[in-house]
Amino acid sequence: MSFVLTEDQEMLRETATAFARDELSVNHLRALRDAGANGKDPRTRQKLAELGFFGVIIPDEPGAETFGLTGLGQILEAQGRTLAATPLLQTALIAATALQLGGSPAQQAEWLSKIAGGETTFALALDESAHFAPYSVATEAERNGQGYTLNGLKKYVPDAHHADMLIVVARTFGESGDRHGLSLFLVPRDAKGVTIAELKTVDSHGAAHVTLENVMVPEDALVGPADQGADILDPVLDRAAIGLAAEMLGSAQAAFDITLEYLNNRKQFGQLIGSFQAMQHRAAKMFIDLEMTRSCVGAALAAADAGKSDVAELASLAKARAGELVHLVSNECVQMHGGIGMTDAADPGFYMKRARVQEALYGSASWHRDRYARLNGF
Amino acid sequence: MAYDNAEQLEGFRLEARKWLEANCPPSMRTPMVDDEVVWGGRNATFKNPDSKVWLDRMGEKGWTAPEWPKEYGGGGLSRSEARVLEQEMRRIKARPPLFSFGLWMFGPALLEFGNHEQKLRFIPDIVKGKTRWCQGYSEPGAGSDLAGLQTRCEDKGDHYLINGQKVWTSYADKADWIFCLVRTDTSTKHEGISFILFDMKSPGVEARPIQLISGESPFCETFFTDVKVPKDQLVGRLNGGWDIAKRLLQFERSSISAGGFGGTGGSGILGPDDYAKHHVGTDETGRVADGDLRGRIADHKMYVKAFSLTVQRQTEQAKAGQAVGHTASILKYAAAKMNQDRHELLIEALGTEGLGWSGEGFDKGALKATRQWLRSKGNSIEGGTSEINLNVIAKRVLGLKEHQ
Repeated sequence: MSFVLTEDQEMLRETATAFARDELSVNHLRALRDAGANGKDPRTRQKLAELGFFGVIIPDEPGAETFGLTGLGQILEAQGRTLAATPLLQTALIAATALQLGGSPAQQAEWLSKIAGGETTFALALDESAHFAPYSVATEAERNGQGYTLNGLKKYVPDAHHADMLIVVARTFGESGDRHGLSLFLVPRDAKGVTIAELKTVDSHGAAHVTLENVMVPEDALVGPADQGADILDPVLDRAAIGLAAEMLGSAQAAFDITLEYLNNRKQFGQLIGSFQAMQHRAAKMFIDLEMTRSCVGAALAAADAGKSDVAELASLAKARAGELVHLVSNECVQMHGGIGMTDAADPGFYMKRARVQEALYGSASWHRDRYARLNGF
Repeated sequence: MAYDNAEQLEGFRLEARKWLEANCPPSMRTPMVDDEVVWGGRNATFKNPDSKVWLDRMGEKGWTAPEWPKEYGGGGLSRSEARVLEQEMRRIKARPPLFSFGLWMFGPALLEFGNHEQKLRFIPDIVKGKTRWCQGYSEPGAGSDLAGLQTRCEDKGDHYLINGQKVWTSYADKADWIFCLVRTDTSTKHEGISFILFDMKSPGVEARPIQLISGESPFCETFFTDVKVPKDQLVGRLNGGWDIAKRLLQFERSSISAGGFGGTGGSGILGPDDYAKHHVGTDETGRVADGDLRGRIADHKMYVKAFSLTVQRQTEQAKAGQAVGHTASILKYAAAKMNQDRHELLIEALGTEGLGWSGEGFDKGALKATRQWLRSKGNSIEGGTSEINLNVIAKRVLGLKEHQ
């Protein structure tokens, strides 16, 4: 059974949902924004560590069972519900997966337990243009006597403004656009030559442009074999897209829930606006899309955990459908709230803003449609 | 229930495999051909004699209705056994032995609402494909507002007398019996409806086929003039028919969405991506050359995948005892959209090749696609319009209120 959670996963889901509701509400994000925190939230990081959320896909001892990506997906969905800014996608999912797939025994021994304990956070520094294009990497890593020298510019790196470590995708061979020739490097944020320019972003989560200027890293900073980084990067990005799709599903569900509540409370012409068919049919269609997207996300999470061969196809399915869904629902959320939806005091705008960021990261709906077609041979 | 553990279930699998191997004629293991579909009934014709052998064997075994009680001729299988049987039939590519509104819609409702005598009388002949049923629901003045139906049914002491007209009665001209909604009380709406069964050969019944935009005539206008019906053919309570009607609609919507509106699979029609590659052409990397069309085909294929995953998810959750809500309306709406989108894309990708009506000069599959494109327009109308299904979701699932 792939769509039914195990008892442990179900408990994790409940814990995560309650935690997001009680401690990471949209009001929490609003307060962080108003305090100028720009998504930096050390207290939340501490609590997430205490809950063990950073180590959900990391076994306590080699070979031990974990909650799996399905478990982590439940947490991401819960944080998506309240738009919480947490390091979980970058650290607990992306970095943990990259190290599990490509890390040397020494790297795994050093970093996986630090990730699990919430001691070290990561950010994947990949994109160099305004659009997701994983092989369009011009950042260079040149061999020197002791290791590599990195030079380049990474744009809109999520979490880079507060992460302890960067995973930098750089080119050791070939030209921008080539799949072959990519390599992954672990780079401390305070390494000499790293400049992190914090960005104020529309979703109040923040991000950063990262400049690498003659950054020297040792040989053992390399994750996986040189030039063949794409073999690690591809499955990592598929899983990142799936995890983000789970978060988007949570956001869409929450935006839908508050819309439904509003439809059942707001009166005009002496009637609840939710009693008008013009509203009812749109709400019903959103619900159908929600249900169908939930199936796609569940299937993608399960396929990743089972190591199925259709993970890439399901990742594109989940991310594309979640992208369309979260735009539809967040826009309808604003529209159906009327003037209230245009105010900063109400939540709908937050969902709409975050939806745009979620959509841009790890492939837009359009990018994933294209890939889905390619994977299906047309 | 009989097989709780995996080992016993595997035992059943071997048994089913052996039986199917011995009993399914080889020609029944080839993709279904349109004019070999078996609807059963008194006047059934079998273009391929193997179809009759296959139906008789499966019907005798009760495996046309695997989960119905043995007492009434069904297979008496548990849900997991039925699934195993399904898998084993798929494995040898066995055709469904019987297409039947009795199996899909009426039977499940009768098992739930009928009395013991009625079940004994009608269910076994559904299982064996001996009686072909049609559905008397819609009327000229009662489509989406089904409960507005006016066909009168009067109590004449020792029998009921029926007068009125039904419309869109699928295959009424070929059916043996009808399950019919009639008005037994004119002073109220929903509470004045009853559910009654009668023989289409009864004096006063007349069915006239209606020609559709696709050129076919699967539906009829059906007229009832002083039709006498024995009293023991009323199902459930007098004036209690609406609950049965609604339940049966759920079965109908589920069967429509489960079947993907028929006509798919083994039908000789390729997918929109195949037609686009062939008639629009591809670029040097093998992509359909028209990027906009390609994107829309991809979007459609994703919708199809999402739909099938949703069916799978709901099945698994139901099996795990988790509530899944009003899924019939959700799936009916989505299936209609999916099938209509598919056919629009097929016709678009075929270009002028998709604009033939009959005869030479057009590919057979393309001619069929054109007819099915027209047929598919009914998908969002039949079995509850898409708008009615959205109403059901809005009110019963989302809890949105009526106008005060």
